[in-house]
Amino acid sequence: MAKILVVTSGKGGVGKTTTSAAIGTGLALRGHKTVIVDFDVGLRNLDLIMGCERRVVYDFVNVINGDASLNQALIKDKRLENLYILAASQTRDKDALTLEGVEKVINELAEQFDYVICDSPAGIEKGAHLAMYLADEAIVVTNPEVSSVRDSDRMLGLLSSKSKRAEDGREPITEHLLLTRYSAERVEKGEMLSVNDVEDILSIKMIGVIPESQAVLKASNQGVPVILDEESDAGQAYSDAVERLLGKDIPHRFLEVQKKSFFQRMFGGKE
Amino acid sequence: MDQTDFLEHAPVFQIKGSMVTLTTLELISHQLEQLDQQLTDRIAQAPNFFNETPIILAIDKRQDPATALDLPAVLNVFKKHQLHIMALRAEREHDIQAAQAINLPVLPPSMAKERPAASPKAPAAPTGLLPAKIIHSPVRSGQQIYAKNSDLIVLAAVSAGAELLADGHIHVYGPLRGRALAGVNGNEQARIFCQQLGAELVSIAGQYKIAEDLRRIPTWGAASQIYLQDQQMVIQAM
Repeated sequence: MAKILVVTSGKGGVGKTTTSAAIGTGLALRGHKTVIVDFDVGLRNLDLIMGCERRVVYDFVNVINGDASLNQALIKDKRLENLYILAASQTRDKDALTLEGVEKVINELAEQFDYVICDSPAGIEKGAHLAMYLADEAIVVTNPEVSSVRDSDRMLGLLSSKSKRAEDGREPITEHLLLTRYSAERVEKGEMLSVNDVEDILSIKMIGVIPESQAVLKASNQGVPVILDEESDAGQAYSDAVERLLGKDIPHRFLEVQKKSFFQRMFGGKE
Repeated sequence: MDQTDFLEHAPVFQIKGSMVTLTTLELISHQLEQLDQQLTDRIAQAPNFFNETPIILAIDKRQDPATALDLPAVLNVFKKHQLHIMALRAEREHDIQAAQAINLPVLPPSMAKERPAASPKAPAAPTGLLPAKIIHSPVRSGQQIYAKNSDLIVLAAVSAGAELLADGHIHVYGPLRGRALAGVNGNEQARIFCQQLGAELVSIAGQYKIAEDLRRIPTWGAASQIYLQDQQMVIQAM
């Protein structure tokens, strides 16, 4: 049976889809057969970030409604053998998802794959609820600012009370915190919450800190998950996060302000 | 509703329960001459105390209950000494009837220990207090926990936007950043204890303080207890 992993946040625009793409790709890179499911019906984005938008024929809602089989709708990644995507429907809305339908599709995926990654929409309504309902583990994506942290806190409360695991009285969902768009410089200036502040408020284990990086925007626009950009700090930070997700204990990087060398200061260096 | 209607409907009385201290005179024997004599002596000792004092006459402790009491005659003795008997405490049927005949209110007999000790004591009535509700996991934003008829103990953080409610005390052994309302059923004895006060709001029996006021308090961010004293909220370091 696969591990079902939800990437969620409450707040929009914090990097859920970027994270879903990066973590899913990272797991596939390490040999795990992985599928990423876009739950954001009506605001389909995952296919763009994965660079497979031109190959979407059938989507998640088609499979739920029985218009297409699961294998027809699964899109195989061109770069990695073990990676598949199930796109959301762009023409429908969240009401097209039903609990029974989602449960059937996810359980079917769980038989074929090692990891099922559910890319949750923003908010705490139906779409987000269905995305996390069946999860075994959750990655809560948070930006280092107060509103995002509060929304994540709310989402953590829902994870512990509104999931299938909670309803069945089983072991609760394993929660991981992923901090994105982190800027050590701005933390130092007191403009941003620090890793410790966020960890203290949410009191769950930090699985990764992704630095604010030009590489993320570039990767999104090119349709290449940022984790494949091994040169970039964000790509490396996501790789570390995947290692931690798989149980390795490695120290966090990119938490300190990078001191610029004399030449970088003289000639601008790279930002 | 115009002005006159309003006045007509304005309440002209209100009903309240109150406890008043009254002097009770327990009659041991009803020898009228002795009573008259002893009253005279006693009033001479403290004339101001007995002047026009309302008194409850208790005849349920008499040592000669067999002999019938001539209530009007007894009352006349008191009237002579300007003592106003405002009610009778009596137990026996014909005493009660005699009092009712002269429109004197009757109170039930005293519950003192003279009552027969034989009656087995009823098992202690339940006090209505349940075991404290204990929460081990963090209370997140948007969650609300209510400990009905009991104390609430939280062994983890209470996030901003979370709400704790208890009819009894509230204890928080992690940072308290949300709202905590103790004694929500009106219990003014309820208290809030926390390891790290960072609450958005604390309330005891409806009296509350918000974060803006709490921030100025020296124990902000530190271990504190919060309680009511003379209707005033007291926040104290622990």
